Amino acid sequence: MNTMNHRNFFSRVWDLYYDGFRNMTLGRTLWLVILVKLFVIFVVLKLFFFPDFLSTHAEGDEAEFVSHELLNR
Amino acid sequence: MENELFSIDGSMVDWSRAQFALTAIYHWLFVPLTLGLAVVMGIMETIYYRTKDDFWKRTAQFWQRLFGINFAMGIATGIILEFEFGTNWSNYSFLVGDVFGAPLAIEGIVAFFMESTFVAVMFFGWKKVSRGFHLASTWLTGLGATISAWWILVANSWMQYPVGQEFNLDTMRNEMVSFVDVALSPVAIDKFCHTVISAWVLGAVFVVGVSSWYLLKRRHVEFARQSMKIGAIVGLVASVLAAVTGHHSAYTVGQTQPMKLAAMEALYNGGDDQSLTIFAAVNPFAQPDWKNEHEPPMRIAVPYALSFLATNDLHGYVPGINDIINGYDKSDGEYEVPLSEKMVRGSYALTAMKAYREAKRDGRNNELEVLASEFQENMPWMGYGYVKEAEQIVPYIPICFWSFRIMVGGGCLFILLFCAILYFLYRKKSPRWLFHTALWCIPVAYIVSECGWLVAEFGRQPWTIQDMLPTWVGVSALQSSSVMITFFLFLVLFTTMLAVEISIMCKQIKRGPEL
Ligand code: HEM
Repeated sequence: MNTMNHRNFFSRVWDLYYDGFRNMTLGRTLWLVILVKLFVIFVVLKLFFFPDFLSTHAEGDEAEFVSHELLNR
Repeated sequence: MENELFSIDGSMVDWSRAQFALTAIYHWLFVPLTLGLAVVMGIMETIYYRTKDDFWKRTAQFWQRLFGINFAMGIATGIILEFEFGTNWSNYSFLVGDVFGAPLAIEGIVAFFMESTFVAVMFFGWKKVSRGFHLASTWLTGLGATISAWWILVANSWMQYPVGQEFNLDTMRNEMVSFVDVALSPVAIDKFCHTVISAWVLGAVFVVGVSSWYLLKRRHVEFARQSMKIGAIVGLVASVLAAVTGHHSAYTVGQTQPMKLAAMEALYNGGDDQSLTIFAAVNPFAQPDWKNEHEPPMRIAVPYALSFLATNDLHGYVPGINDIINGYDKSDGEYEVPLSEKMVRGSYALTAMKAYREAKRDGRNNELEVLASEFQENMPWMGYGYVKEAEQIVPYIPICFWSFRIMVGGGCLFILLFCAILYFLYRKKSPRWLFHTALWCIPVAYIVSECGWLVAEFGRQPWTIQDMLPTWVGVSALQSSSVMITFFLFLVLFTTMLAVEISIMCKQIKRGPEL
């Protein structure tokens, strides 16, 4: 009985998402926009324009680097 | 490395600030509508739940569709701010890492689980789950977004009023010592209440404005009148609450960031019984001569209102810019030391930090304790160690002054608008001028809301962390040209995204509800 209920629950959740995505109309356009945006943000911007400054400049000792910055500005 | 450090120029700091501001302003175009529409559509669906009238289901579904567009467009725009912390504001990020870690991690988890589950049920679940479960999901979608906002605002508030942390000289980071102090600081509570309520105002203006458009076009009249009624009731309540919470924010700003309040008011020389400026000829494009002018020209003011706003007492003392620079007696009887003393204390803190780091490097461990306590004693003023002249700690007055007036003026305008809408709905009249006004109030609400942030963020300059870290120290030693490139890249990207959103939104509005 319990297992039945579980399977029932999971298949209903699956159903919700599966049918939901299949029957989308406006949602398709929105997902396209979201995916393009995520690509631009995480691939183009993060990789090419926003490197982590400390990991590229601090040579492993970030505390030392930052203290040097704080004491020499 | 030395050369690179000394090449930090003003334009690089300005470009980094401009880039961050652009991203934050863009991000804030989406957040308030998400929070505001969540309330309106929640109420509509609650009416459907109670009446079982299909009309309300369709009405709620229409506003949920617009909510969905806005939600999809806004997703992940805030992440760019985090990239900018790591690249452009690396010293600052490193310093705060531990304090922000917990709130932002909670935000991420809550947002992911609540939003991905309940948004899915809200959009996909109409025929799959019970009405009650669907209603709960709709409200929880809004609640999830509001909780997310809470944590982000906690992080922002900590920068304006750093509490609940201790600076560790070994790790060079602030470490959280009291989660409760960070999460429930008075600034965080005020900011949360005012920001979320202001978002409800914006959502309500949006609903009333879009409904007005249908009424002007004489389409979906009943739907538009009913939506307008709910929008106007939510809007009226929220606008009054925005004024109440705004008053409380002003009080807290007066206590914690008096320079911000003085800049908002262009109050050069303070005193007791201060009046609130309604209008004054403050040049929008140049910093006024606050040192020598007594007050801005052509000033019209409401007597005692600033004292009341900032101290809850009609006769309360409000310090002006010159008072803050020269020192003054606070309302609790304590003396606020002058800038010159803060600068000395700040340089003691930096000297102690330097000595501590050197002693540690040389293995002189017996000196560490004394140096650490010397540092901690002067730590509250550390940022003043970088200040060379008074001008550096005065925010740019024109933006603070005018943004504050636009925000408060907008708040008053919206109260009138919602009263007028409710009055004419009650009298069953449809004045076209009012609907035109309501439609135009949509962009006005966005401007008003952004002005709130301009007040909050320009007003705290030059501090990235209040009294601890000025912008020119928090910023990374990058080339200003590279920051400039990303600024313009963002401008193009954001404008395109906004155009896409507006066009999808307008198309859906033109299509109208499926009644
Ligand atoms: C009507 C009277 C209002 C007053 C007295 C008021 C007062 C204030 C004050 C003092 C701040 C600065 C708080 C800080 O720096 O910590 C602020 C910020 C802000 N205000 Fe208002 N406000 C009012 C109305 C509105 C309205 C109608 C909106 C938008 C629809 C709005 C949106 C904001 C936003 C988004 C912020 C930035 C977040 C924050 O710092 O709380 N305000 N307001």
